[in-house]
Amino acid sequence: MSYLFATADERQQMLQRIGVESLKTLLDQIPAGLQLQQPLDLPQSLTELELEQHLRGLAAQNIGASARACFMGGGAYDHYIPSVVDEVTSRGEFYTAYTPYQAEASQGTLQAFFEFQSLIAELTGLDVANSSLYEGGSGVVEAVLMAMRCTGRMERVVILGSINPEYVETLRTYFLDKTAQVVLVPAPTGTVNVAELETLVDDQTACVVVQQPNFFGCLESVEAIGQVAHRSGALLITSFDPLSLGILKRPGDLGADIAVAEGQSLGIPLQFGGPYLGILACRQQFVRKMPGRLIGQTVDQNGQRCFFLNLQAREQHIRRAGAMSNICTNQGLMALRAAVYLSLIGPQGLREVSELCCRKAHYAADRLNQIEGCELVFAAPFFKEFVIKYRDGANVAIRKAAAADIDIGPALSRFSDLDWISQDERDQYLLIAVTESRTKDEIDRLVAALSDH
Amino acid sequence: MNPDQLKYSKTHEWVAVEGDTATIGITDFAVHLLSDLVFAELPAVGKKITQGEPFGEVESVKAVSDLYAPISGEVVAVNERLTEHRGPGGKTIAAELDLLSTSPFADGWMIKARLNDPSELSNLLNASQYKAHCDVSQG
Repeated sequence: MSYLFATADERQQMLQRIGVESLKTLLDQIPAGLQLQQPLDLPQSLTELELEQHLRGLAAQNIGASARACFMGGGAYDHYIPSVVDEVTSRGEFYTAYTPYQAEASQGTLQAFFEFQSLIAELTGLDVANSSLYEGGSGVVEAVLMAMRCTGRMERVVILGSINPEYVETLRTYFLDKTAQVVLVPAPTGTVNVAELETLVDDQTACVVVQQPNFFGCLESVEAIGQVAHRSGALLITSFDPLSLGILKRPGDLGADIAVAEGQSLGIPLQFGGPYLGILACRQQFVRKMPGRLIGQTVDQNGQRCFFLNLQAREQHIRRAGAMSNICTNQGLMALRAAVYLSLIGPQGLREVSELCCRKAHYAADRLNQIEGCELVFAAPFFKEFVIKYRDGANVAIRKAAAADIDIGPALSRFSDLDWISQDERDQYLLIAVTESRTKDEIDRLVAALSDH
Repeated sequence: MNPDQLKYSKTHEWVAVEGDTATIGITDFAVHLLSDLVFAELPAVGKKITQGEPFGEVESVKAVSDLYAPISGEVVAVNERLTEHRGPGGKTIAAELDLLSTSPFADGWMIKARLNDPSELSNLLNASQYKAHCDVSQG
């Protein structure tokens, strides 16, 4: 809708229809003493032409990923979005629909979310997925709170220090009013030492949270970590990269009890940080402790298949303060984008995208490692991103790449939660991610830019 | 269990005491109020319960209700027929929640607990007091 009609005649017609003399009459219920008695202090209004020129000028101050080569990592990535995703999700029925509360009036929406849940369950190798949460960080927190409910252990959670530090910050925010201990396990070699982790997990621990691949792009020993957790009766929570599952083992096959993810990689643009997509899946035995909307399939009184909101007794509108979470919605439009994307690429396409990311990242890493004053920091195997140490400083590297219309980073100095890495090192460390969208030419140009001392 | 000989809480739990073992369930009045029960969450053996505090939940299609302990003690047995459990041979057996409707005072028992303090029973209602309480809340 590019234009809203509101002529003076139309306003008059509307006022007459509701039997009101003027717009001012509608404000009469506000006490006179509270009503503003002067016009709003706004600049003179612009014509449509002037307004458009002004906004275009503002927009031109931003540079989107499509105008440059984006090698940035750290939780959001420039993956390719096939045009069918926009084609399906821009349909008015989907684009403007609110989260469903009345099953009888939202069958299309519910079916779409049911498909999304089914795809996620298959992707993760777990029994059930909800119809989405807000994004990856709060998703991790919801999983932690869920694990506490499932185990009845409210006092201790163990988080690997190699997860996204912004997720750790989010967790600390949620836990401000809780007495529970959040134990962070440092990963100085890029991945966690499982023997050291074992000393920190006890029979009071509700869960162990691991990100795979982790924030540094490295692969953790998730199965071994899971065994450590389970030996003490704690749950294993994995925060995974959806597109990595084309070549990496599924969370369910690694022993995860709850799997969460940021789904931005599945057909969602970078969008300056959001809206993104929170994914959560778990084993059947925990389903009644899950947060978020859960869509189910059933038959109506005529025996026809239909969809409905399942297990609502977990949610706020039934349980109020006793609900599994305060979330009472989902990221419908983003979940639909992910569902369309996954439907299009299928298992084979997922494998192809994964392999492309992995191969291109390794090509880039090899070439960058050969630059004098630039080296790969961690020896652990990685998927599509890695940390480099740039002797002249991470911000210098970022500026050099930017001058060549290439974006890299983020610099690890941005993250104060990574304080178990020394300040000096953090000033030289930065992330580089390589998606299937990056070309050999772009990678070679990046290498050239950083080789220039 | 003979309902006339049981003790009751205002929150519609019943308790039968034999020695120092209390058997606890919910009354037919409560089951009727809740209707369409779909799930019961019961505590594990060993859990400590406190008179007046929640020890579990029952869920119907549209609501969840806490189960309140009529006495304090330690759970020594849980009626596994009310929850999904493994039968002989490892086969999963579904919960038989209609036991709460068909036999709330017998086969629908929920937990047994070792009673800490018998004097707590004096805080509870007898059958006729409970019936009066139900009549008031219905009116």
